[in-house]
Amino acid sequence: MNSRYELNKNLAQMLKGGVIMDVTTPEQARIAEEAGACAVMALERVPADIRAAGGVARMSDPKMIRAIQEAVSVPVMAKVRIGHFVEAQILQALEIDFIDESEVLTPADDTYHIDKTKFDVPFVCGARDLGEALRRIAEGASMIRTKGEAGTGDIVQAVRHLRLINKQIRQVQSMRDDELFQAAKELEVPYDLVRYVHEHGRLPVVNFAAGGVATPADAALMMQLGAEGVFVGSGIFKSGNPKKRARAIVRAVTNYNDPHILAEVSEDLGEAMVGTNEHEIKLLMAERGV
Amino acid sequence: MRIGVLALQGAFAEHLAVLARLGVDGFEIRERADLNGGIDGLILPGGESTVMGRLLRETGLFGPLKEFIQRGLPVFGTCAGMILLARRIENDPVVHFGTMDITVRRNAYGRQLGSFHTAEEFHGIGRIPMTFIRAPYITEVEDGVRVLATVDGNKVAAECGKTLVTSFHPELTEDLRVHRYFLGKIR
Repeated sequence: MNSRYELNKNLAQMLKGGVIMDVTTPEQARIAEEAGACAVMALERVPADIRAAGGVARMSDPKMIRAIQEAVSVPVMAKVRIGHFVEAQILQALEIDFIDESEVLTPADDTYHIDKTKFDVPFVCGARDLGEALRRIAEGASMIRTKGEAGTGDIVQAVRHLRLINKQIRQVQSMRDDELFQAAKELEVPYDLVRYVHEHGRLPVVNFAAGGVATPADAALMMQLGAEGVFVGSGIFKSGNPKKRARAIVRAVTNYNDPHILAEVSEDLGEAMVGTNEHEIKLLMAERGV
Repeated sequence: MRIGVLALQGAFAEHLAVLARLGVDGFEIRERADLNGGIDGLILPGGESTVMGRLLRETGLFGPLKEFIQRGLPVFGTCAGMILLARRIENDPVVHFGTMDITVRRNAYGRQLGSFHTAEEFHGIGRIPMTFIRAPYITEVEDGVRVLATVDGNKVAAECGKTLVTSFHPELTEDLRVHRYFLGKIR
């Protein structure tokens, strides 16, 4: 791969052990940075509101994204619709640090994802299983996240996705060399990527958890299950005390293995976002773009 | 020899992997109790300096680590780690450890599109690969600080006593020489 792709995977490495927070205004971006966000995701509405509003959800207004870029010094990410390569061209023109080709927005293409190898800026994409993760990487994604079920405050899907990806990685790792060809066929992914997973026991890019993280315990759960960092969408600014909750989740991702610290930071955080169970929702965003 | 790697956020695992390849005992520092086993050298990794700065204070690690550094503990800061050690940050009023007499500029090369890879001379080592990710560089050095590498006229590596800093990330390349150079400062 070219050096630009390496540099983009390297940026994802720098985000590890951190929390990426959804923000909708420069003020929220400053709160997030001050609380210890390692990057912010600039969007007009958090997923919970996108869900509530319905309709077609698109890339955010460039003016709003620029205002957030000016407000903070940490990397700024923004979302494009699955397959909408022109929205991605626009974000690249804004010199965005990372593009999230996201199922949270309404897909623009029901067959093809963006050819991410055509871009200089890095992309992060969602995945529910190893095949999806490796397909996105083959298309040029520099970072993977679980899809979870954004905007619900329900962690069950992110747990399911991360467990499945890791289980499939262990399966590929334990295969005989001659079984890898069939694995590539079954996963519908290039052989070289299966080979990489077999040899290294991990994805070739950084893997974060996303979707449904609402509490410090949720974040630590994902870290203990093997996530390398966490995205928090609606969970912070839809809660009673965003500042305190943001700081608590940042600390929980660092000290995820210490229950005493987790107990301390979980204290007195005020109201968590109102959760929605997966059987109560009509739209499963995770099923978009596989 | 035990080298602690600050593991609050960022690319700490990469430094630990380099130490393992060099046959050196490395350990993660996430909370104060991690300092109890003794420490012969400290690595401050790349990541976000704002995040590490906040967590250093919240975990109570800031005070003890600053004291160790001031008492002469060998320390190696890469990228964000260099920002943590700088006495002054040109475009940020915050000072973290501030134990090294240098002024740095955060995100000096701009956003991710400004990130780059190159190879340049490193004093006493030779030509080495250098990966810069949203990197800072050094704008001013005081007496006693020795500049070890420059790229396009900008200072990207320096040392002062037992402190070594680089704008770039030796832990992201296969070249182990900068880490070996740092280990030479211990004992």
